[in-house]
Amino acid sequence: MPKEAIVRTIGLKKTFLLGKIPLHVLKGIDIEIYRGEYISIMGPSGSGKTTLFNMIGGLDKPTEGKVYIDEVDIAQLDAYELAWLRCRKIGYIFQTFNLIPVMTALENVMLPMIFGGMENDEAMNKAKELLETVGLGERLHHKPFELSGGQQQRVAIARALANDPAIILADEPTGNLDLKTGKEIIHLLKEMNKNKEVSIITATHDLKMLDVSDRIIWIRDGMIERIEDRENLQIKVGEVEGEEAG
Amino acid sequence: MATEVPETKKIQRQLTLPLSHAFHMSIRSIRIRFGRSIIVTMSIVLGIAFLMSILSSNAFVTGILEKGPENIKIALQQNLEEIRTRQMWLVSLSLLVCVVGIVNAMLMAVTERSREIGTMKCLGALDKFVVELFLLESSMQGLAGSIIGVIFGGTATFIIYLLRYKGLIWSIFPAGLLLKYSAFSIILGIAISVIGAIYPAYVSAKMEPAEAIRREV
Ligand SMILES: Nc1ncnc2c1ncn2[C@@H]1O[C@H](COP(=O)(O)OP(=O)(O)O)[C@@H](O)[C@H]1O
Ligand SMILES: [Mg+2]
Repeated sequence: MPKEAIVRTIGLKKTFLLGKIPLHVLKGIDIEIYRGEYISIMGPSGSGKTTLFNMIGGLDKPTEGKVYIDEVDIAQLDAYELAWLRCRKIGYIFQTFNLIPVMTALENVMLPMIFGGMENDEAMNKAKELLETVGLGERLHHKPFELSGGQQQRVAIARALANDPAIILADEPTGNLDLKTGKEIIHLLKEMNKNKEVSIITATHDLKMLDVSDRIIWIRDGMIERIEDRENLQIKVGEVEGEEAG
Repeated sequence: MATEVPETKKIQRQLTLPLSHAFHMSIRSIRIRFGRSIIVTMSIVLGIAFLMSILSSNAFVTGILEKGPENIKIALQQNLEEIRTRQMWLVSLSLLVCVVGIVNAMLMAVTERSREIGTMKCLGALDKFVVELFLLESSMQGLAGSIIGVIFGGTATFIIYLLRYKGLIWSIFPAGLLLKYSAFSIILGIAISVIGAIYPAYVSAKMEPAEAIRREV
């Protein structure tokens, strides 16, 4: 069976205008990501990872180039279709968790299902199940501020999975977490990737991510530096570790 | 390459949720953000109370001029021009204070929730849902704040006039005019609150979610 590209970008460019000075953040990104893959996008801070994510996730418009999700050019979608795509096809996880502060864990997880038109009871049952899956069965009615960072990120993962998306975009999901909690979150993501067959794309400069990734896309200054399969990676880890320390 | 899209992969259109969803969500949001809601509501109360005290003072003067005893009327009429001009100024000034105060409070309250708006859009909210949510929230705050403001402002002025003119106030009580001014103040309070909230909510909702989330306030 040929590999199915769930995300494909062609000549993706993004330029921000700072006053009158153009800042070329993405300078032509071509990537293909296949169904069920776990991809890490690695690159130093400021290299354009978040910007790339926003383009792939339909959260911002590229200056040039195309993004295809499941072979659909997302620039062609109207507001209703784009909202549907964000609701059903893609789950988002942020470095800063971005839970709705006035809602409980359960309500946060229910929200995408409500937006998707699901009945309240059904949404509630599914949200409970998801929170149990991420290990928060005992914290359903806690507000975000009553939860630790790791717990909040678990809620965010449950929320991202709410409508059984084909893709999860996780932008530095461990960036605000300590080492141990970060590892747990990564393994949780990997588990979801295996069990739910969801493609996971994470941006990170966290080397712990390398272990679980199928491929690693290195970007620097808005360009792809290299793309590596995990099998070919072992020899490089030492070098990478050195780079990080330096 | 992007020509044949299988049925299962087709992008569909997001549903429009019934207004009741936004309604429940906005009530909860006001309740849970109680402390913050109180501060915003208080600025509506203050603005409207100020406006209402000036308007009701106007009403009492008008009442005395219409139905009061001759000696007081004459005393009032001697500097009627001056009183009228002063009242006009005060009304305009209080309107201004009221509008600026409420719009400012609403702008701040909604703008600081830009990230929340962006997040909701990531989860599949339509722009109009976001705008509905803030429309309902701000009109409820506007209604509550204006009613309290009218009661405070009206009562305070009434007490002042009662102390000055004693029993006379009862015989000239300008009920109709006071009612008219109360209705005006409440409608104005709601309108300003809604406008002050909808503008930033609309701006954030129209933004690309990435920008709304990124925006630091
Ligand atoms: N909305 C924006 N306006 C202006 N500059 C931006 C904007 N978003 C990102 N940038 C700039 O683009 C560069 C890349 O940012 P980002 O994609 O966040 O990098 P990363 O996620 O890899 O750290 C940075 O220099 C950042 O300041
Ligand atoms: Mg980033």
